[in-house]
Amino acid sequence: MREITIAPLSAIPAGEGRNFEIAGRKLAIFHTRAGAVFATGAECPHRKGPLADGLVGGSVVICPLHNWKFDLASGKPLLGDCPIETYPARLNEKQQIVVSLP
Amino acid sequence: MKKQNLVVIGNGMAGARAVEEILARGGGEIFQISMFGDEPYGNYNRILLSNVLNGSQEESEIFLNPLDWYRDNNITLHAGVRAETILRKSKVVLADDGTGEPYDKLIIATGSSSFIPPIEGLYASDGSYKEGLFVFRSIDDCREIAAYAQDRGRAVVIGGGLLGLEAARGLQKFGLEVEVVQRVGHLMNQQLDPQAGAILKSTIEKMGIRVHVNANATRALGTERVEGLVFEDGRTLSCDLVVVAAGIRPNIEIAKRSGLAVERAIVVDNQLRSISDPNIYVVGECAQHRGAVYGLVAPLWEQARVLADHITGANPNAAYHGSKVATKLKVMGVEMAAMGVSEPQDERDEIVQFTEPRKGTYKKLIIRDGRLIGAILLGDISKAAYLTQAFDREAALPEDRLALLFDLGTPSKQVTVEEMPPDMQICNCNGVSKGALVASVKSGKKSPRAVMETTRAGMGCGSCRKLVTEVVEWACGGQVEEDPSIHYYVPGVPLTKPELIKACKEQNLKSVSQVFRALAGGKEDPASKPGLASLLATIWADEYQPESDARFINERIHANIQKDATFSVVPRMPGGVTNPEQLRRIADVAEKYKVPMVKLTGGQRIDLLGIRKEDLPNVWRDLDMPSGHAYGKTYRTCKSCVGTEFCRFGLGDSTSLAIRIEDLLKGLDSPHKMKMATAGCPRNCSEALVKDFGVVAVEGGKWEIYIGGAAGSHVRKGDLLCTVASENDVLKYLSRFVQYYRENGKYLERAYGFVERMGIEKIRAIVVNDEEGIGERLENDLARCSAAYRDPWKNLLNAPGPNRFNSLLTVIQ
Ligand code: SRM
Ligand SMILES: Cc1cc2nc3c(=O)[nH]c(=O)nc-3n(C[C@H](O)[C@H](O)[C@H](O)COP(=O)(O)OP(=O)(O)OC[C@H]3O[C@@H](n4cnc5c(N)ncnc54)[C@H](O)[C@@H]3O)c2cc1C
Ligand code: SF4
Ligand code: FES
Repeated sequence: MREITIAPLSAIPAGEGRNFEIAGRKLAIFHTRAGAVFATGAECPHRKGPLADGLVGGSVVICPLHNWKFDLASGKPLLGDCPIETYPARLNEKQQIVVSLP
Repeated sequence: MKKQNLVVIGNGMAGARAVEEILARGGGEIFQISMFGDEPYGNYNRILLSNVLNGSQEESEIFLNPLDWYRDNNITLHAGVRAETILRKSKVVLADDGTGEPYDKLIIATGSSSFIPPIEGLYASDGSYKEGLFVFRSIDDCREIAAYAQDRGRAVVIGGGLLGLEAARGLQKFGLEVEVVQRVGHLMNQQLDPQAGAILKSTIEKMGIRVHVNANATRALGTERVEGLVFEDGRTLSCDLVVVAAGIRPNIEIAKRSGLAVERAIVVDNQLRSISDPNIYVVGECAQHRGAVYGLVAPLWEQARVLADHITGANPNAAYHGSKVATKLKVMGVEMAAMGVSEPQDERDEIVQFTEPRKGTYKKLIIRDGRLIGAILLGDISKAAYLTQAFDREAALPEDRLALLFDLGTPSKQVTVEEMPPDMQICNCNGVSKGALVASVKSGKKSPRAVMETTRAGMGCGSCRKLVTEVVEWACGGQVEEDPSIHYYVPGVPLTKPELIKACKEQNLKSVSQVFRALAGGKEDPASKPGLASLLATIWADEYQPESDARFINERIHANIQKDATFSVVPRMPGGVTNPEQLRRIADVAEKYKVPMVKLTGGQRIDLLGIRKEDLPNVWRDLDMPSGHAYGKTYRTCKSCVGTEFCRFGLGDSTSLAIRIEDLLKGLDSPHKMKMATAGCPRNCSEALVKDFGVVAVEGGKWEIYIGGAAGSHVRKGDLLCTVASENDVLKYLSRFVQYYRENGKYLERAYGFVERMGIEKIRAIVVNDEEGIGERLENDLARCSAAYRDPWKNLLNAPGPNRFNSLLTVIQ
C-alpha cells in the first residue's frame, strides 16, 4: 500500500465526484455532503458510465447512464450485477484527500 | 452435526434452481454445496438469450444468480470448470482443472447441447466448426454471432422451430438478409399442424425472413469458411453465416462414463434420482422421466421442487409425475401459443377450429371427454392464459365451445384467477407459480411491486406483469396495499406533493440538503435529489438555493450526456426559426471542435453531438446563443409551422406565438419535459394535437387549445381545453395550466399522464372557469419563475464551480 495525496478537499464540491489520474490509474473520487471521501474505479462495470458524474447521496452513487447503484464504501452493487473497485481514502490534517493504492 | 457435501454438476437454469430450492428449505444447514459450471459466469436466464440477440435486452440484465449470490450463500462455484468423471465408488467428482470434490449427494444438471445435423463440410480439418458456423445456446454463442454478423450480407438458420425462428428474428437486427431452412414441410412441426405452420410461415415472411420448407441441407459450401448450403433436391443457397438451431441433445457423456443408466437422457425415478444410484439426482434437460425428456423450463422448475423436497427431507414423499408443456414463441410481432397434441389422436377427439389466414389468425383446440388435450393459437392469444390453465389442470371445459376461442362471456377474471391451481406457473421467465405469489402476499407483501421484487415474478420479459398484478390483487382479497412510496412525491421523503410543498413553505426550506435534514431525518436519497430540486425551483423561483449535486449530470452541466460520456449541445432556436448568421456560427463551432455529428432534431433545432466535457464552455462562448434545455426535465421546445407569414392556408401567426410561448417558459423546471406546438391551421403541420400543450388556429381569428397530447412512447390525442380569441388568452391559459401541472404533477409524470389522472373537466374547471379562484395566482407564480430565468450557459461560464469541466484531473505534488 502506498498513500498518495491527490488534492485539497475543495477541488470537489460537496455531494459530487471528480475523476483523477493517479499513478496511471483512473479513479473517481467522491466528496459526500457528510464530509466523507471515497475512491472507486472511474468506470461503471455495466457500460463504462462515468461514475464521477453520477448522483451521490449518503454513501451511494447512481451511474448516470443506466442507473446502476453502488455503495461507495464497499463497492457492492445495490442495483446491477457487478461491484466496483474501491480504494481506501481519507482526509489528512490539511484537509487534503489521501488515497491508498495497493 | 457435520454438514454433508452436496456437489452439483452444471450451473444452468436447472442446477442453480435446484440449489435455490434446497436453500429455501434450509438446505444451507444440511449441506456444504459446491457447483461445477463450464460456462465462466453465474447462472443466467437462457430463455432471454433471444432478447439479447435481438437487442431488446442487455446481457447484464438476464443474470439470475450473479457471482455474489454464490459467495453470499457460501457455495463454492467452480466457474469455467468442466466436471469430467464421477468416481462413484469413492464418491468424488473430478474436473478438467484437476479439482476433486468429494460428495455425499450429487446432482447432475448438465442440460443439453445443440444438435448438429449430419451435414457434410461443416467442420474444419481440426474438427472445430468452420468459420461462419454457429449454434445458439449460450451467452458466448450470442457474442460470437454478434461479432461475426456485423457487415455481412446473408444468414441462414437451419431449423424452423422455436429456437430457429427466434434466432432468425434476432439476426435481422444486424441488417442481414435472413433465411430459415426447415427440413420438414412446415414450421414448428413439434407444436403446430401443417395449416398453422403455413400461416406462421406467411407471417414470418411478411417480416422479411424467407422460409424454405422441405429443405434438407446435405452439404456446406466453402473451404475456409461456410459460404452456402446445398440441399438434397439440388437447390443451393449462398450465405455468409449459418446458425444451427436444429434441436438439442442432452449432455449425458459424464453419466455414461460413470455407468449410470442412460437412454435418450439419464433415466430417473419419481424422486429425480438416477435409477442406478440413489445418491445421484438428475434434473433439467439431461433427465429422462417416464420416457419423457423436456426442453423447456416449466418442467424443470417442477423437478427442482420435488428434488429439493426429497433431498432435504422437507417432504420425503415428494414425487414428480411428469409435466404438461405449453410453448410460447417470443418473436416480436408474432403471437403464438401451443400446448399438448397438435392433431386428434383418435375418433373420440373433437376439434374446434377457427381460421382467418389473411389476418394470420388460427385457433385449434383438441378436446377429449370434455377436456383440453391440445391447442394451437396463432395471431390472437388472448385466450391462452385460460386455455393453458384448463390444459394443465385437465379441467372440464364449458359446453359453449365458441367461448373457448373468443371472449364472449367466458368465466370472469376473478373466477379464472381463483380457479388457477396453486402450482400454475405465472411467470415463465423466473418460474414463479401462483402459489409462490400467494405465499409472498401471506408473508406480508401486499403490493404488486413488493411481490414482484421478492419473487422476481415479472422481472424477466415482463409479459406476465398484468397477470401477476391480478393474482396479487386477488390474493390480497381486494385489500391491496398500495406501496405508500408511490404516493410520495419522491421515494426518499415520506410526503405527498401537497404535504411536501406545505412543509417546505412553512419551514422555509430552499435547498435540497435542507429538505433532507428537515424532512427525511438527514438521510439523503440520491435518486430523490433531482425531483426535489425541480420542486424547490418551482416553489421558490428566484429564492431557490441551487445545489449542483442535487441535479442529474445533464442539468448540472446543461448538456445531455451520451453513451460515451461526451455531451450534446442544442442551442435555443425559438419556433424553429434561425438565420444565416446563427447557422454560420454553428457551422464554425462544428468545424472548430470537430463535432462528430450535427443533426436536425425532432424538436426543430440543431444538435451538436459528441462534444467533450472540456470543450463545452468554449463551444457555448463561440456559439453565443442561449441553451435550448434539450436535456432537462423542463420546458423543451415549441414547434411551429410557418403560419400566416408565408403559408397560403395560414389562419393565425403560429410562428410568433411559438416564440412568445418559448420566451415565457424557457428553462422552467417541471415534473417532466414539456413540449408544445402551435399550428397555423387545422392541417396541423407542427403536430399540435399530440403535444403536452398545443394550439391550432381556426377560422375567425381563434385558437383551439389542446392539452395532454403525446406521440412518443405513448400516443394520445390532446383534449380540447377551450377555444380562445387572442394570443394573450392562449398565454393566460398556458400559464395557468403549466403552473398547475408544475405544482400538482408527480415527478416524472408527463402532462399526458397528468391530464388523464386529473380528468379534463377538473382541469378546465380550474384553468378556464377558475372555480377555485386560483387562476390569477397561478399566472403570477409562473410569471415570477419566468422572470427568474437566467441562461444557464452564461451562468456556468461565469461561475462554473470547482473543476466543473475537467473530465480528468491530475494529482497535486
Ligand atoms: C435529439 C432528439 C432526437 C433527434 O435527433 O431528433 C431526442 C433525443 C432524445 N430523446 Fe427524445 N429526442 C428528440 C425529440 C423527441 C420527440 C419529438 C418532439 O420533441 O417533437 C419525442 C416525442 C414527443 C414527446 O416527447 O412526447 C421524443 C420522445 C422521447 C421520449 C418519450 C417520452 C414519452 O413520455 O413519451 C424519451 C424518454 C423519456 O423522456 O423518458 C426521450 C428521450 C430522449 C433522450 C433524451 C434520451 C436520453 O435520456 O438520453 C435522447 C437524447 C439523445 C442525446 O444523447 O442527445 N425522447 N423525443 C430530439 C430532440 C428534440 C429537441 O430539439 O429538443
Ligand atoms: C435461445 C433459447 C431460447 C429459449 N427459450 C425458451 C422459452 O421461451 N421457454 C422455455 O421454456 N424454454 C426455452 N429455452 C430452453 C431452456 O433454456 C432450457 O430448457 C433450460 O435452460 C434447461 O436448463 P438446464 O439447466 O437443464 O440446462 P442449461 O441451462 O443448458 O444448463 C446446463 C449447464 O451445465 C453446464 N454443463 C454441462 N456439462 C457440464 C459439465 N460436465 N461440467 C460442468 N458444467 C457442465 C452447461 O455449460 C450449462 O451451463 C430456450 C433455450 C434457448 C437456448
Ligand atoms: S428515439 Fe430518442 S431516445 Fe431512442 S435512440 Fe432515438 S434519440 Fe435516443
Ligand atoms: S454504464 Fe453504468 S449503469 Fe450502464
